[in-house]
Amino acid sequence: MFRFALAILFVLTAGLAQADVAAVYDFDTREQEVRYQNLIAELRCPKCQNQNIADSNAPISQDMRNEVYRMMQAGASNEEIVDALVARFGEFVRYKPELDSRTFLLWATPAIAVFGGLLVVAGVVIRARRMERQTTSLSAQERARAEQILAGQDDSRER
Amino acid sequence: MKRFLLFLPLLVALVLGVVLFAGIGKDPTKLESALIGKPVPEFSLADLHTPEATLDRSLFRGEVSLLNVWGTWCPSCRDEHDDLMWLANERGISIIGLNYKDKREDALVWLDRLGDPYRTTIYDPKGTLGFDLGVYGAPETFVIDAEGVVRYRHVGVVNPKVWEETLLPVIEEARGNS
Repeated sequence: MFRFALAILFVLTAGLAQADVAAVYDFDTREQEVRYQNLIAELRCPKCQNQNIADSNAPISQDMRNEVYRMMQAGASNEEIVDALVARFGEFVRYKPELDSRTFLLWATPAIAVFGGLLVVAGVVIRARRMERQTTSLSAQERARAEQILAGQDDSRER
Repeated sequence: MKRFLLFLPLLVALVLGVVLFAGIGKDPTKLESALIGKPVPEFSLADLHTPEATLDRSLFRGEVSLLNVWGTWCPSCRDEHDDLMWLANERGISIIGLNYKDKREDALVWLDRLGDPYRTTIYDPKGTLGFDLGVYGAPETFVIDAEGVVRYRHVGVVNPKVWEETLLPVIEEARGNS
């Protein structure tokens, strides 16, 4: 009997564990929901050091999710929504910064690194090829002499 | 050319050193406000003391003031309260309070018990003005010039050191220009 009562208690209180989960939003279409999820995944929580507003349960993230939802329902585009939040909290909230003169290096660094690496590889290959071409094969006489040296019978060396 | 290549690693290390050194000592949790150089966002909120009165951004016109975001739920706000009292009473600074996501009764008890350093307090229970100001953690203190334009935002507690080194120079500059 006690077990049964305990089981009932567990079932009844299971819902309470969910009480802290962020507000649930209703969307008309599946696409809208996906759009919303993508948006909150690429917006950064200003209070947290490295968390998007989808994962963060900071109050400010909740406010930002509300605003994203509100603007979406009002028919704003993704760009308008992100710009509205950047206007309040700064570029910090963007996980994907705009490409402009300040962020140019940030975006170009991977390309520069790859290009630099390719240059180094190309340099090494070209140099190796050139060395190969310069070292012509030995004549029969030179070969015999080399074998002599390798065999330890190098008698031409002056002591 | 060969010689130059030998110095390349040293050069790279030096450049990296300068770049990384510039980042030392910066607090990554303190963000510059996106509103600097922009007017205080429009709002229409009640006064904390007189619920019938509606306040808007014309409140900031006329003199350089501090806008202090606080709440009774915020322990650091208690820490800076005495320093705000000192600024208001001894230094004659005009401080406007923004009571952020708080309950009116709690806020009034707090001001009654600890003293009221604020010329006016805006009551923002839902945090709408706070959100438009980009407030992400109380206490925050904005310097607003006489035209109602945001000059600076300080995140964290105001104390005599912050006042001397950070806020006072900004205020003096704002006074000089307007």
